[in-house]
Amino acid sequence: MVCEMETDQQIEEMDVEVLSSMWPEDVGGTEPDNQFNVEKPAGDSDTLKEVDIAEKRTMADLKRLPDLLNTTDQGSSQLTNLVKQWEYMQDHAVRLLREELKILTKQREEAEAKELKIIEEHNFETEEPENVPVLDESSDLFRRFKEKKRDKLVGRKRIEIDEEFDTVAYWKQKALSLEKMLEASTERERRLIEKLNESLKTMESHSAPVEELTQNLKRAEGFLHFILQNAPIVMGHQDKDLRYLFIYNKFPTLREHDILGKTDVEIFHGGGVKESEDFKREVLEKGKASKREITFETDLFGSKTFLIYVEPVYNKAREKIGINYMGMEVTDQVRKREKMAKLREDNAVRKAMESELTKTIHITEETMRAKQMLATMSHEIRSPLSGVVGMAEILSTTKLDKEQRQLLNVMISSGDLVLQLINDILDLSKVESGVMKLEATKFRPREVVKHVLQTAAASLKKELTLEGNIADEVPILVVGDVLRIRQILTNLISNAIKFTHQGKVGIKLKVIPKPSFASDNTHKADAEEQNGLAETSVWICCDVYDTGIGIPENALPCLFKKYMQASADHARKYGGTGLGLAICKQLVELMGGQLTVTSQVNLGSTFTFILPYKVAASNDHSDDQDEFSDMVDHQPEPDDSTEGYFQFKPLLGSIYSNGGPVMGNNFLPHKAMLPSPVKLINGNTGQSESVQVENGGYMDDTRLETGSGHCPESAHQYENGNGRCPSKESESCSSSQASSEMESEFTVSSPREDVQTETEVKETSKQPKILLVEDNKINIMVAKSMMKQLGYTFDIANNGVEAITAINSSSYDLVLMDVCMPVLDGLKATRLIRSYEESGNWDAAVEAGVDIKVLENKQMSVRSTNRLPIIAMTANTLSESSEECYANGMDSFISKPVTLQKLKQCLQQYLH
Amino acid sequence: MDALVAQLQMQYRNYTVSLYQQGFLDDQFTELKKLQDDASPDFVAEVLSLFFEDCVKLIGNMARALDQTGTVDFSQVGASVHQLKGSSSSVGAKRVKGLCITFKEYCEANNYEGCVRCLQQVDIEFKALQTKLQDMFNLEKQIIQAGGKVPQVDIN
Repeated sequence: MVCEMETDQQIEEMDVEVLSSMWPEDVGGTEPDNQFNVEKPAGDSDTLKEVDIAEKRTMADLKRLPDLLNTTDQGSSQLTNLVKQWEYMQDHAVRLLREELKILTKQREEAEAKELKIIEEHNFETEEPENVPVLDESSDLFRRFKEKKRDKLVGRKRIEIDEEFDTVAYWKQKALSLEKMLEASTERERRLIEKLNESLKTMESHSAPVEELTQNLKRAEGFLHFILQNAPIVMGHQDKDLRYLFIYNKFPTLREHDILGKTDVEIFHGGGVKESEDFKREVLEKGKASKREITFETDLFGSKTFLIYVEPVYNKAREKIGINYMGMEVTDQVRKREKMAKLREDNAVRKAMESELTKTIHITEETMRAKQMLATMSHEIRSPLSGVVGMAEILSTTKLDKEQRQLLNVMISSGDLVLQLINDILDLSKVESGVMKLEATKFRPREVVKHVLQTAAASLKKELTLEGNIADEVPILVVGDVLRIRQILTNLISNAIKFTHQGKVGIKLKVIPKPSFASDNTHKADAEEQNGLAETSVWICCDVYDTGIGIPENALPCLFKKYMQASADHARKYGGTGLGLAICKQLVELMGGQLTVTSQVNLGSTFTFILPYKVAASNDHSDDQDEFSDMVDHQPEPDDSTEGYFQFKPLLGSIYSNGGPVMGNNFLPHKAMLPSPVKLINGNTGQSESVQVENGGYMDDTRLETGSGHCPESAHQYENGNGRCPSKESESCSSSQASSEMESEFTVSSPREDVQTETEVKETSKQPKILLVEDNKINIMVAKSMMKQLGYTFDIANNGVEAITAINSSSYDLVLMDVCMPVLDGLKATRLIRSYEESGNWDAAVEAGVDIKVLENKQMSVRSTNRLPIIAMTANTLSESSEECYANGMDSFISKPVTLQKLKQCLQQYLH
Repeated sequence: MDALVAQLQMQYRNYTVSLYQQGFLDDQFTELKKLQDDASPDFVAEVLSLFFEDCVKLIGNMARALDQTGTVDFSQVGASVHQLKGSSSSVGAKRVKGLCITFKEYCEANNYEGCVRCLQQVDIEFKALQTKLQDMFNLEKQIIQAGGKVPQVDIN
């Protein structure tokens, strides 16, 4: 800017106009309303000439402003600047003038020198012709001088004019020209003097700095106006009470006296005003310039956002006297920025959602895969299993000997377990997401091990010995999530069996001291054993070992990963989902334990899991039957809760264990080997006599060692130890024959066969008589088939009248009565039957129009001592209908369509 | 051979599932399937052919009853509808059963138009079911002919 001003100045230097209106000198006299300080374009400022500068933008307290400029740094710096500029200009002018003066002086000197010479020459020339004759003597000398001088000054000329040197004409001419030159020189001198005077005069006119300064100030202000005229800027100065002393506003809506001397709060109302005031005050207090964006919401100019810059103003004594502030309207920018921010935010949200979705998709895919697998598995497992369990349950209602019942119990509990496990596999995802809850139930570890082994043995297709070995110190009853523990054991055992072709597979349970990974547990297992508290913690280490193919070391790391098997070859050869170990590991870890594995290729593997359990009081066996033992309520079975060793030996061909044909065997696809349980009772239960070692279960010393020392007579249990009991063998053979016969009869394994056999048994004793009253042929057909499956036969009546006729002629144990029938509906028929039961005659029926002739004949033979159970079959399951059934004397009702399950339940309820 | 069996079995599974999904059949049909055993290997087919015969007969009855000029005996129609409802419920013919329920309501309301409409729909539905089941039985036959076993289809 200084530069510009300078060039400006140089151009205009020569004809600076002095203007009378000056600022700030003029300030005092100007009317406040007549905005003095908006410059009219100065005549000399060409750049501003065309620019239209709106007036009345600036308002100032005219009296205070000069003070302010004088007292503040900002003000004085401006003046200093101007003064400096002016001084510089003056210096420049002086220098120029000096230079000019120098030139002029030089010119004058030259002119004087010339004049002198001319005078000399002239004198000589004019004198010589006159004086030569007079002053002869001196003429030589003068001539010599003259020659000398001529040699010295105008040597060349002398040569030029040599020829005419002596002529009068020559000298006259010479004198004339010299005279002319002199005249010109004099003239020049006069002009120079004039010029000099003029210059001096000009100098004088520059001598007043105020005028110059005014000029510059005007220019500066004009420049500012030029720059600012369209900028959305408000500038101002406020004193330390935040009263306006000066304001520049592009869009003034208020008159000067509305603003000057007032504070923001006094001027505006609305949002942001207070904030801006506070901000200004803050700046004033802190003495530190700062910026802030404030959104105003005023009646005056609506909603506008300003970026406000406020700086404190000090006087020369470094005292705060007010603030300068500058506000730029940035509403649009703010709006854009906010829009951008919002867009960015939306974008971020969308991105987050996208990634979330991708994650979900990923998870869903994973889940889908698992579900697909589960669907296949559950199909493969559930269908045959429901048959197994269903049959076993039916079987359990029949007369069974102790051994059979025991096996059946295992069967049922295993079946239930599998069903539950299928559901639990679904829990795998729950474990992963941390929502699986563990249940704390009391259970007997020995029984769990036994059942697991027994279950495994039941489906064993190989010649493997399964053994269980439980250390004495393992509590009888512990608390834990038995389902999960069984799940783990079953998984590990089935895994072990799968990969073992010969030798043995076993479970070993022992109590260990608190492992290092569970450092927070302060209890010692030993201590707990000793103090015998009802519920203390105990760490039990469970080894599941086998003599199988082993696991190569490099496959160990991924062993517990989902869907992974040691190698693809294994997967092909041995099948399986690859989920088992992953589930085990997760379950063990969920229960606060640890699952590890050691393995040697071709020698076998040992999976070890360590889990904490609570020890439960073991003195309440009888009423604390767990899920495995409470299957049997009535028949006492050997309490094997303290057995420490179990072994299930492979048996060949036709040899069946336990003498009893187990119904379940018929539909197990692998009948070749049924292992027999070998039980060694080492407990103090006092039932040792009832325990037999069957089918040549061999034992070794280690097993004997496991036998408890409390039982001195344990040795005699092994009397049959090394040989087979002949009678048992023969029994086994016969039973196996029976089994194979049955097998040939029913090639497809399904629950029915079993029921049929059950039925046969029942028929020999007493087959209940059932009457089905139903008019719909299809329903009859379906019901017939169901009854057949359940092992019952029945008579059919097509309507109420037929039913009454049938009941009259024969005695029934149960009537299944359709409600809605032609001729006589079920409700009416039931009422009539009840009436007959009460009165002993069919009068009511006769009244209702039933053909009594048929009835009369046999009336006397009918027994009516017992109330005949009548079960309604109704399509309406609404309570109204059922109430109607009961109101009409029916005992129960089955909602249609009748299913096997419903029918079974009903028959069981009313026929047993 | 095995591949063919597997393919047929898959086809059979999918087809059966689709019948359930499309609402032609419900769980009662599964019950029915359970009842089929070696002693009565064609049990389902027998029951269903009986059912379809029944359908034809009952629909004929209803059509005649509704075709009466003058007063229509709605109770007569209702009795047939009830029969049909019971039968369809027993065999798990879900759509037919659903229609019968509506049909019965129209009968009870003596709504002639409704009854006629329902009758037409029942006719269409039972014929559709017949075709579908025929296809299913054919598939079963093919599987058995190919030496395979008809798979059990777990709908859940």
